[in-house]
Amino acid sequence: MSSRPITEDDLHAYVDKLLEPERRTQVAAYLEAHPDVARRVAMFSDQRDHLRKALAPIADEPLPAKLNLSRITENRRQRASPLWWAVAAMLLISIGGVSGWVARGSIPSSSSGLSALAQEAADSFKVYAPDHVRPVEVRASEGTQLVQWLSNRLNQPIRVPDLTTAGYRLMGGRLIATSHGPAAMFMYDDDRGDRLVVLTRPMAADKNAPMTLQSREDVAGFTWADGGMGYSLVGRSAVESLRPIANEVRRQAQTI
Amino acid sequence: MNDMLLQVEPLIPALRRYARALMRNPTAADDLVQDCLERAVSRWHQRREGNTRSWLFTILHNLAVNQFRQSAARGRHVTIDDTNENDFGQDAVQEQKLIYQDVLNKLAKLPEDQRAVLLLIAVEDLSYADAAKVLNIPIGTVMSRLSRARERLQQEIEGTAGGASRNVLKLRSLK
Repeated sequence: MSSRPITEDDLHAYVDKLLEPERRTQVAAYLEAHPDVARRVAMFSDQRDHLRKALAPIADEPLPAKLNLSRITENRRQRASPLWWAVAAMLLISIGGVSGWVARGSIPSSSSGLSALAQEAADSFKVYAPDHVRPVEVRASEGTQLVQWLSNRLNQPIRVPDLTTAGYRLMGGRLIATSHGPAAMFMYDDDRGDRLVVLTRPMAADKNAPMTLQSREDVAGFTWADGGMGYSLVGRSAVESLRPIANEVRRQAQTI
Repeated sequence: MNDMLLQVEPLIPALRRYARALMRNPTAADDLVQDCLERAVSRWHQRREGNTRSWLFTILHNLAVNQFRQSAARGRHVTIDDTNENDFGQDAVQEQKLIYQDVLNKLAKLPEDQRAVLLLIAVEDLSYADAAKVLNIPIGTVMSRLSRARERLQQEIEGTAGGASRNVLKLRSLK
């Protein structure tokens, strides 16, 4: 009888009871013939057993009130009451009123146009998208604070594009420093963990510009400007799959 | 919302267990789980299709990692010596319980990443693929980290992990 050689991974999967029955039999036979390995595997199994038994009582403890899920849900509903939303909306409107003055003061220059924005978005993507620890500064769960803060810093009412229909979920956002002032970055990921970045900031030059494609190395993106605000969507996906997402971001931004 | 309650609520005890084994401080662990549940409630409609369990563990794990970073940055890391032997809520009277308590004390000496992988797989029964998702690392890294964690835990149990136990002694004497 010849079978595939037994690997370290097989031994761990044996300890964790994750092997198919057939492979399990093969590993068991191997262990019988190799007492040294069998001893090691037995020690790992003991560790596993002891850890499980030592930690089992925690899962049996009654849950404290603060971990009552119905209560957490209820608290959240109260926080998101209509009154709260009304206050948030008023804040956004007042921020929007102030912003018109500020945007008008800037001096146009060619390097502050669409190509600069595209570069800033690509740079942000390259820096933050591979970050597994803190890709965003404010998480999506604090969405309202995120919007308020970024709107404040950009002197523009910012809306976070909702890309769930495209399969991308908002992870959160952060403020980006550019040589043309602060920009708001939003990051998204999909089921496979692929990430997208949307960067937006007020434009001094190219206040209205059609959507242009840029791609460098393995990063692709679409950049455009509407009504003084520039937008750039950057990702590692194929251009064909990014284009409809960019269109969706643009559509949503126009309905502010 | 009802669907959320049905799927998330039964998993809370396991989340608590993981958080406490990782953090060792019961209050900090429950705070972390609470934070995790709040995020789960608010992001429920955005979650990925499929496995609610690994989704919740991912949220919890990321919160724990952030906390480790923050306390490391503040220079006040909660080490095993900041907590007492009864943090696992057990009265260690019987010999069996002493063995279990001992394995937890030894586990606490492992680096966070090794502790996490061992707990997710050996205690929480996550598949290797799900553990890779939770930890956001390739499956090959999960396997090598799991292997290192088991070897290291065995060294601790046998008392042959020289450097690490000396460090602990030093910390104790500072108290």
